[in-house]
Amino acid sequence: MPDYKRTPLYAVHKRLGARLIPFGGWEMPVEYSGIVKEHTAVRTAAALFDVSHMGEFEVRGPQALDLIQFVTTNDAGNLVDGQAQYSAMAYPLGTVVDDLLVYRHNSERFMLVVNAANIAKDFAWIESYNRFNTTIEDISDRVTLLAVQGPRSIDILESLLKTDLAGLPPYHFTRSKILDADAIVSRTGYTGEDGFEIYLMAEHSESVWNAISEAGAPLGLLPAGLGARNTLRLEAKLLLYGNDMDGTTTLLEAGLGWIVKFNKGEFTGRDALLRQKQEGVKRKLAGFEMLGREIAREHYPVVIGGQTVGHVTSGSPSITLKKNIGLAYLPVEHASLGTRFNVSVRDRLCDAQVVRTPFYKRREG
Amino acid sequence: MKSDDLLFTKEHEWLRITGETGTIGISDHAQKELGDIVYVELPKAGDRFDAGEAFGSVESVKAVSELFIPVSGEVIEVNPELGAAPEKINQDPYGSAWMIRIRLANKKETAGLMSREEYDEYTKAEK
Repeated sequence: MPDYKRTPLYAVHKRLGARLIPFGGWEMPVEYSGIVKEHTAVRTAAALFDVSHMGEFEVRGPQALDLIQFVTTNDAGNLVDGQAQYSAMAYPLGTVVDDLLVYRHNSERFMLVVNAANIAKDFAWIESYNRFNTTIEDISDRVTLLAVQGPRSIDILESLLKTDLAGLPPYHFTRSKILDADAIVSRTGYTGEDGFEIYLMAEHSESVWNAISEAGAPLGLLPAGLGARNTLRLEAKLLLYGNDMDGTTTLLEAGLGWIVKFNKGEFTGRDALLRQKQEGVKRKLAGFEMLGREIAREHYPVVIGGQTVGHVTSGSPSITLKKNIGLAYLPVEHASLGTRFNVSVRDRLCDAQVVRTPFYKRREG
Repeated sequence: MKSDDLLFTKEHEWLRITGETGTIGISDHAQKELGDIVYVELPKAGDRFDAGEAFGSVESVKAVSELFIPVSGEVIEVNPELGAAPEKINQDPYGSAWMIRIRLANKKETAGLMSREEYDEYTKAEK
């Protein structure tokens, strides 16, 4: 795979026997010991993911917030220092440029975390609206991002850090040191489980990876790849850009209306989204379960009354629930809970049913 | 189990010929590529297929792969254990996780299949 980018931990993944696949322009570990084992580790203990392919932008300047407010749909004006927020960027038609996390360091310094495949597109998009004399810097290549996810993550990281993490609420972050490395430790993730994401400078990648691995091993921590990350995020109904939403689906159709804040002032996509909100969406992303043993996969046709009305955007066995689950855009009149429809699995019509999401929700406390 | 006597398709099935019978499964390379296998769909004894036809499918957590029959024939036996234990395909692809046995319709059809050596070269080149 000669043309793909590699994270600073590539040699570590090789040594651990990871299977590597192309993903978003990167050669990334898809699994180490197997997706089922890794998935289960996150639900019951902990796992360590290298997600350094994700992109990070620093946004700095007195009007940094104004720029972020203009290009994102959620209200970053509500953030306090040390807080993070799930948000999105919308095209003028209300469709999705990307979903992202917005981190507020202080009122003049933010970090945006974007999808790997969208780094260049997002950077150009934000820069094209930069009439706020704000500095946008793509620091992706210098930053390593590790995710420690699972109920034991807190014990593992508290043993390594001198920081009390129990007091760090979800979607907040703190600056800390792991070994000698300065790190941002953020209570966020993409698994539906408690966990942390750790941003650090690339040169510390291997020592921090090893330290977390060693501290975590006695508690059941395993290295995990993008395969488990995908099954975990789908169970939690966390959307994947390029599958579940993209430049052809609006944020409201994708069920992301909760990160569109019309009262915060002007932003790209606002007019179209407001109009769609008033008129109502014609289709929406719904979660479903297969009623037989067949597994729905992305791109499989969704059939209602003999007509193909859409396709599956994500589909997989749910390792936790032992069912086959998926997401698909359905006409709103067929999207209510309990509604049955068909998924065409290799030209066979198989029964599916709209179910409540998230498919999996962790027990609190 | 040894795999030197096997013939392979470009779609990663293997065929072992014993007299008039062909035993068919998927390669070690294929099971590794698929990862944790969770479901397999196989035909019934008595079903007939022409060479290259899909005879079933195998699914891992992350992907589905159709199964293509290397040569024409009639299914005479289907591995009864794979329905309940598809993970055997990961564990022993050339042995206990064989998928079907067929009565060969035409033994000359194997001309397009690869030897073990050729298949190894092919999977290297595919990467």
